[in-house]
Amino acid sequence: MNEKENELQNEEGAEGEQGPRVIYLDYAATTPVHPDVIMEMVPYFSENFANPSSLHSCGQQAKGAVEDARGKVANIIGAGCDEIVFTSGGTEADNLAIKGVAYANADKGNHIITTSVEHPAVREACKSLQSKGFEITFLPVDNYGMVDPQAVKKAITAKTILISVMHANNEVGTIQPIAEIGAIAREKGVYFHTDAVQCVGHIPINVEELGVSLLSMAAHKLYGPKGVGALYVKDGTKMLQMMNGGEQERNLRAGTENVPSIVGFGKAVDIAGEDLDAEAARLTVLRDAFIKSILEKIQHTRLNGHPTKRLPNSVNIGIDFVRGDSVALGLDVEGVAVSTGSACSSGNAGPSAVLLAMGLSKDDARSSVRFSLGRDSSQEIVNYVLELLPTVVARFRKMSPAYDRFLKEGGKGK
Amino acid sequence: LPAYGKKFKDQLKNTRNAGSIKNPSGVGYVSDPSRGVAMELYISVKDGVIEDAKFKTLGCAASIASSSIVADMVKGKSIEDALKISDKIVSEALGGLPLSQFYCASMGQELIKSAVDDYMDRQQR
Repeated sequence: MNEKENELQNEEGAEGEQGPRVIYLDYAATTPVHPDVIMEMVPYFSENFANPSSLHSCGQQAKGAVEDARGKVANIIGAGCDEIVFTSGGTEADNLAIKGVAYANADKGNHIITTSVEHPAVREACKSLQSKGFEITFLPVDNYGMVDPQAVKKAITAKTILISVMHANNEVGTIQPIAEIGAIAREKGVYFHTDAVQCVGHIPINVEELGVSLLSMAAHKLYGPKGVGALYVKDGTKMLQMMNGGEQERNLRAGTENVPSIVGFGKAVDIAGEDLDAEAARLTVLRDAFIKSILEKIQHTRLNGHPTKRLPNSVNIGIDFVRGDSVALGLDVEGVAVSTGSACSSGNAGPSAVLLAMGLSKDDARSSVRFSLGRDSSQEIVNYVLELLPTVVARFRKMSPAYDRFLKEGGKGK
Repeated sequence: LPAYGKKFKDQLKNTRNAGSIKNPSGVGYVSDPSRGVAMELYISVKDGVIEDAKFKTLGCAASIASSSIVADMVKGKSIEDALKISDKIVSEALGGLPLSQFYCASMGQELIKSAVDDYMDRQQR
């Protein structure tokens, strides 16, 4: 081993992963916990550590804190306090909603309608039911990733017991016509679940207006802690618990409550609610300028997802002749954190199932990069990335045989 | 995205050998359409020694880093020694690829062989 190699190795051993400041544009994957949320949580680890199910006053104090948080979470989606079930996160909320309703209503029917762009938590929960005799309809989406409410209506049969359509897509940000589907579900008397993990705390949500009977949330997408989420369960919804044990959470989710995290969730929701409209408006302006600049500055790029009916923080760009993975890592070595599709399906996975469902070719699906904005995303940061991105893309295109071929063919066809 | 070390990131950031060679002695092609990866390696050989090497790759970061370091490693080596560079050696030179990306190192090894085969073919013509 020569000296240079030795040096590299030593650095690798000593430095670890802490480098210079990172520009984080992956808020759709997760968000940092707000400092005020941490402060709110701290007393519930050691001072007020009691079990909310305990009869003594310490326990009742903890119970009070949980109920206080429940009220806050209920409030941000326009639900009643007793309609919120705390879970370990969005995935558990999705599983509880889908399996809980399916098993409790199996006497009425075995048909569930969902879409081809759902988060794996919904998709896999449905597939698991499929293997147990339930019939699942995976509805297609249009080129924007949008589900047609009329297609939902047509898919409903006498055996349909549940419809599950995500509120906004985690990869491309497209916002689904939930209220329209909700009206259809109500009319037909079918339970309607929506995975709103990407939406709560980011866009206004009201369960009555949406007409949903179940709605999933996760605290870590809105500057709360990981490992806690909630499921809204409309009063009167017939469902079974998936976790057996004690009688916590209206007998729908056994297990001692994660008090500090639930308290943190409540605080995070409170903070998000304070300036939800203003922050959404700020990000929408920033998002649109960002998209416009990328498309202008870099040839052969396109926006994935709906141009206007999309999350305020979501930017998903297809970049021809390169792979999203290499651009994401090329940006990473320059200190900018972005992702390819979703954090849950990156690495060596095949092209994004969501983008394929939207009609993209495998090549185009592999060329996508997701930028998701958040609280710390300023115009300055976006400008910096807009300077950097074209150079990174140009570098990878220069070494791309596909770009070579494109140029040799006279630059046509794209 | 898997966590990668310094050596990997160096190859990705400073892709010193990206490009092609005019009038190469040999060109290697390897592709895996199912994974969307295509690699090209251009070598310039004099007296049985690889004097220069350049690569072009469309693929994930690991496939780019693998072909980049392969171009680095074959330079200055005899044809015989270049063929001794195994996927394991490629992976180790990048600080160890995760198992799910190890195929990129294997493609790197194949890439060397493909370029050398092409060189041999041209010699016999």
